[in-house]
Formats: sequence, C-alpha cells, structure tokens
Amino acid sequence: MVTKVSDANKSLLKVNNLSVSFDTAEGSFDAVRAVNFDLKKGETLAIIGESGSGKSVTASVIMGILTCPPGRIKSGEVLLNDLDILKLSDSDRRKLMGSKVAIIFQDTLSHLNPVFSVGSQIAECFEVHKNLSKKESWNRAVKLLERVSIPNPSKRAKDFPHQFSGGQRQRVMIAMALALEPDIIIADEPTTALDVTIQAKILELLGELRDERNMGLILITHDLAVAAEISDKLIVLNEGKIVEKGITRDVFINPNHTYTKQLMDSIPGKITKNKKKTSKKIFKPILQIKNISKFYDTIACDDVSFNLYPNEVLGIVGESGSGKTTVSNLILRLSSPSNGKILYHGKNILNFNKKDLLNFRRKVQVVFQDPYASLNPTMNIYEIISEPWVIHSDFLDKKLYKSKVSDLLISVGLHPDDAIKFPHQFSGGQRQRIAIARALALNPEIIICDEAVSALDVSIQAQIIKLLLNLRNKFSLSYIFIAHDLPVVKDLADRVIVMKSGKIIEQGLVNDVFNSPKEKYTKDLLKASPSIENLIN
Amino acid sequence: MKQYLSKRIFSSILAITGLFVMVFFLARLTGDPGHLYLPIDAPLEVRKEFSEKHGFNDPIYLQFGKFLGDLTDGNLGYSLRKERPAIDIVLEAIPVTLSLAAVAMSIALLGAIIIGSLAAYSPNGIFDRISRVVSLTAASAPDFWVAITAILIFSVSLGWLPTSGIGGVPYWIMPIGILVIRPLGLLVQVVRGSMITALSSDFVKTARAKGVKENIVIFKHALRNGLLPVITVAGDQAAAIANGAVIVETIFGWPGIGKLMIDSIMQRDFAVVQASILVTAIVILFINIIIDIAYAVLDPRIRHK
Repeated sequence: MVTKVSDANKSLLKVNNLSVSFDTAEGSFDAVRAVNFDLKKGETLAIIGESGSGKSVTASVIMGILTCPPGRIKSGEVLLNDLDILKLSDSDRRKLMGSKVAIIFQDTLSHLNPVFSVGSQIAECFEVHKNLSKKESWNRAVKLLERVSIPNPSKRAKDFPHQFSGGQRQRVMIAMALALEPDIIIADEPTTALDVTIQAKILELLGELRDERNMGLILITHDLAVAAEISDKLIVLNEGKIVEKGITRDVFINPNHTYTKQLMDSIPGKITKNKKKTSKKIFKPILQIKNISKFYDTIACDDVSFNLYPNEVLGIVGESGSGKTTVSNLILRLSSPSNGKILYHGKNILNFNKKDLLNFRRKVQVVFQDPYASLNPTMNIYEIISEPWVIHSDFLDKKLYKSKVSDLLISVGLHPDDAIKFPHQFSGGQRQRIAIARALALNPEIIICDEAVSALDVSIQAQIIKLLLNLRNKFSLSYIFIAHDLPVVKDLADRVIVMKSGKIIEQGLVNDVFNSPKEKYTKDLLKASPSIENLIN
Repeated sequence: MKQYLSKRIFSSILAITGLFVMVFFLARLTGDPGHLYLPIDAPLEVRKEFSEKHGFNDPIYLQFGKFLGDLTDGNLGYSLRKERPAIDIVLEAIPVTLSLAAVAMSIALLGAIIIGSLAAYSPNGIFDRISRVVSLTAASAPDFWVAITAILIFSVSLGWLPTSGIGGVPYWIMPIGILVIRPLGLLVQVVRGSMITALSSDFVKTARAKGVKENIVIFKHALRNGLLPVITVAGDQAAAIANGAVIVETIFGWPGIGKLMIDSIMQRDFAVVQASILVTAIVILFINIIIDIAYAVLDPRIRHK
C-alpha cells in the first residue's frame, strides 16, 4: 500500500524552467518563458491559453518536434521519469517518442498522412518500436480501432483518412497515440474543430482511457469549459508565462490573476441582459422564408420557414451538416432553392431581375468564418472596404471614399491609418473587424454572420460580439447569426432556430429555448456543451 | 477510375484522329515528292508517270479517301524511299527510341528524387545551394552544344567513347548522358519544391512524434506525397523524349523515331511521316494513361473520386 502511494505521487513528467525563443528576421522573441509544471499518474493537466500563448510550443518541445531553427530552447529541462530528454541524442529520444509519451493533434485531416491507410499508420508504431511483423502490427491496429469504438474495425483499418468523419479521425489519432501504451498522452486542442456532441464523446473517451490505463493526460486548449470538464489541475499561459496555476475547481471559483479573470469574463453564455422581445404585431418582417428546400445529392435543407424582424438577432444553431450554411446561401441567392419562397419586404427575391437583385444584395451582407481566407491578401484595407462602392457605383461619390473608409474603420474599433495596411498585418480579431467594416459599407439592413466568431480566441470573441451588438443599435441592423457554439448564440441572439439534418427542430426566444428546451435534440445539444457551472456547482 | 480512364482514352482517340487528318494535308503542302526523288533533268513524261503511279495526281480528297480505305485494312502505306511498308520501318525505329527514353527517364527520376529530397531536407544548406546551381544549369543547358562538346572531349580528344552508331554499352553512354541532363535538372527543382512542402506538413510532425526515423520520414511519409507534382512533370519530359530525341538521335546517328521522322519529312516520304506520327501519338497516349494510373496508385483521394 505504501509503495503504491509513493508510486502514485511520483511525477511522470516534470518541466523545469523551460524557455523557448524564436529567431526571426525581425529579431528574436520569447515564446515560452520559464515554465514549470509536473504531471502524475492518472492526472489531467490542462494548459490553457489563447493563440500565441506558447502552449503548443511547450508540447512540441516535450515531443521533440519543435522546428529548430527558428525555434531555440534557451534553458530548462524536461524530465520524463527523471530522465532529461532534452539531453538525449536524437536516436535515444526517438525511442521514447510514441512509446512513453504520445500526442494527439487538432486538425486530424492534415495530421494524418493522406496516402496511407489508417491501419498502416497505427501499425507503424509497432513496427518502429517493437519490431513486430507486419501482420501482427496490423492485427493490433485493428484491436485499437475497436477500442476507440470505430465500427467494423477490420474493414475500416484499410480505409484512408479522408474516408472518415472528423470525430472518427480523432478516434483514429487517439488509437495511434494509445498504441504503445504510453505513460503520458498530450492532447493538443483535440476537440476544437468538432461538433459539440462529438466533442463530448471524445472527451469522455479520453477520460475513460486515462482511468483505464492510469496515464497522465495533458490537455492543451483555449476553451476554459473543456478544461473544466476534464482536468484536475491547470496552468494558464499568457505570452509564454504561467500566470495562474492550481487545482482546476479552485481556479475557476477563485481566479487570482487578472488575465484569468478576463478570460473567465470572456466566456460566452453569461450575458444576462433583457432580451429584446420582438413584437410581431408592431413590426412587419424584413425577410420571410417560406417552406424552402434544397436538394443536392442529399436533402440539404428541408421545408424551412422563419421570419426575420427589424433590428433583431436571429441565431441559427446546429452541428455540421445541419443545413445552416445552405440556408444562408439561399438567402444570399448564392444558390437557388428547389422549392419555396423567400420574401424581402413582401417581394419574392427568386423573381428579382438583375437590378432588383443588385439592390437586394446591397441590403444583405455577409461576414464569413475565416478572416484569414475571406480577405484578399493582395488588396489593402482601403481597397477591400471601398470595393462594394465600385460595384454599386451610384452609392457614393468617389471623392468621399476616403473619409467613409475612415468612418467605418473607427466604428469597428480600428484606426483610420490602418486603411493603407494589408490583411496579413492584422491579427485574426482585427481582420474580422475589417470584414465587418466591409459588410457595413453599403448600409445594409441585414448582416448574415456565418460562424463569424468561431475561429477567434475567447477574449477576442467577446470583443467582436460586443461590437456586433453596438453596431446593431447604431445602424439598426438585423443579424442572422449562424453558429455551432451555443453559448455564443445565447449571448447575442434574441430568437434562435435549432436545425438538424436540414430541418428546423425547434425555434423560439433564446431564453425559452435555452432554459426550457422542448425537443430532445436541443436538450442533448445543451447537455453536450461543456460548461464551468457544472464544475463549480 | 475506370470511367475516368475510358473517357480519357476516348478523348485521346478523337485527338489522334484530328491530328492524323491534319498531318495528311499539311504534309502534302510541302511540295511534290517527285522533285526530290527524280533526277533534276528527268523528262516530263517520267515525272507524270511517277506521280500517276503513286497517286499524287489525284485530287487531294481522293488521295485522302484512298488513304482511309487502306487504313481500315491496317495498311499505312508504302515508303517511297525504302519501298517497304511504312509501318514496318516505324516499328523498327520505335523500340530504339523507347529504350533510350526509358533508361534516360529512369536515371533522371531516380537521381532527381534523391538529390531533390536531400536538398529539401535542409533548405539553404550547403547541399541545397550546390544542387540549386547545378540543377538550374542542367535545366537550361542547350543539348546540341553539350552533345557536340562531349563528342569533342570523350571521342575525339580522349578516344574513350564511339562518336556515333548503335552497339554495346559504350554507344549508350553519351546519348543517355545528354538526354538525362535537362529532365534531371528540371526534376530536381520540382522534387525539391514539393518535398519542402511535404516535409513541413503536419503529418510529418505526427510521424516524428511516433518516433519514426528520419530516413523513413523523408522517403516514406513525405516522398509519397511529394511525388504527385513530380509525376506530372516527369510524364511531360518522358513524352518529349519519346516524341523523338531528335537532336540526340541525329547527332549520334541513332536509328530512332526522331531521326526517322526528320529524314522522312526531308524526303517527303508521306507514308512514313504519317505512320511515325500515329505511332508516336499512341505512345504518348499510353504515357498519359500511365501517369493517370500512377496518380491513382499514389493518392487514394484520387482513386476514390
């Protein structure tokens, strides 16, 4: 009994005073500064931070996959079972990678080799470390796929990564990490790209495996709620430094550092304002969607009807493949519905001629998810924001372009001098502000936000939501806000529509739907969504 | 994939038919073969008789009709110069060119994969810098000049290698060497570029995190992905060589399809021109199909489309 206790108290991994810097053309900057932490058997440590905080760099150092140069380990030690792996030769260290410590990555489509079957990629672990025969390795790979609940594993092992869904690919990744029964698994944003119900299942699987094999788990995430769901202790990283460290529950109940408090305040789903009660009697709807359907090879959107009222935020939530984006494309007339009508101020937009359509498009603008892809990298901000006026040439006199661009930049919280810069000179959040400024350029009535904040860090997300709400009042806009993230919709929307497999499952006022959902699917979604309240209460 | 291939073959047959019609008429624009075959002072009656005998007097549509008629019998016409079926002459020449092309491309591809991958492993390293300069020089070297210089050095001055002709291994060295230079230079650059991308991919990180050795990371994980663009360029180069390594064959007196084509054009030997173009076009069609299949073999995402 005594030995067991001392064994359990022994650290599997100890990171002491680790500092990493990157040498770039603009000079060297410190990505990780004097970071210390340790991990014991069966324990889950969450490393929390926003993009650029150094959390993934720390994982790369432990895994020996930091690209050097430009990366440089300035100081510190990484003790794996009391052995400093930074001092090992490459070949000695390779023997530990995958067998003692393994990693699971976020973007599974790019992290799995597209040209090899998943079975062979898992089997490779045994061939490399255990010198097992091809056949024996393959059989073990199939067993692992079975353990992570891939249906029909002996057949699916022969399939390639692109033939799996995102959630299944993450299971394959987990199976690969598990292969050699490592002491430690590092999960780097393992659920970030996944739907909330899939996320819940993956987190459950990780927790289960940790307990089953008494492993140490390091969970790297930007999502505080995910950390709250699964971790025992956590560290919060900001600009490479640990600003907060402690038992997960204690930190969430009583955060010490201002940055942690700020992060916690940014968590969506906490704004308890009085939602606008749109009275249908007073306002006529701007947009009436009547029984629209869209068929591709499958049914993308099936008999969907709803209204949008002036100055209203309508949230559309659903998991991938639920038809949210199809609805937005239909409203934007980027594709035409197979059936149904879309009425804009009572007129069917499907019957619009070219001129009517141009006027309609002026009034309905869109902000997309990925601010890195949606801004043309070869155009400066002035050109990006003024381009709508070039297309709608009667909208604004050319002499006024400059002052109007400045006005728009100010209203989205940027500086007029930013007009001469190019997209790559801005951060993700700033770029999304630019995309919003462009959407505002033509004084629209409606802005469709398609996952407009889901690629952003939580504190930036909170800022953009605040900005969107301010702009709504200032310019009397209506939003259709499409998201898979329920708390964000709760913060922003007045009414909400829940979609699944192309159909509307439930719709109503946000507070009604979130506090007392009627449909089982809505309940499941809400239950799967991780939250800190579960931990604290 | 099957559907894709059959589509591809069908459109290639259309293209070859079009090409064939064009070659038939264009060849006849080069002039009367009689001018080349008969002595300058040949009397008019002899010329008339020559034209009559070979059907050059008939209206061109009649000639084309007769040609098509013969074609359905599998007859590609007779060579004026050699007085043998044109197809026989072409089928003697094509294996010579194909073996030259196959050896040259295998060497170029293998060399490019090794040099390019090693250069990509540490971009801007010393090996990369040297290989960049050398490959650029090779890719832009004029082969007629290199060939003549090589003859001057290795045959005339040193006397190590024969100047021309076909025979044992020594006869192959210079023609192959010259043919390899340009594709090798070009392919090294393509391999380097695509391997730099492949080696910085996320799945390479995954492989390293699994503890896979570096040589397996490079030559298994990265290479299989990096090869895709290389195959396109290699196929292009192979087609160019198969299309007649005209200059090399002429300089080294290799009786291949390139030399045959040039000779028969010069001699207005229409039947041979047509036959060699048909056969070459079919060879290129096959090279393209092989490239498509290679793509599908290497990349499952294409296979499953």
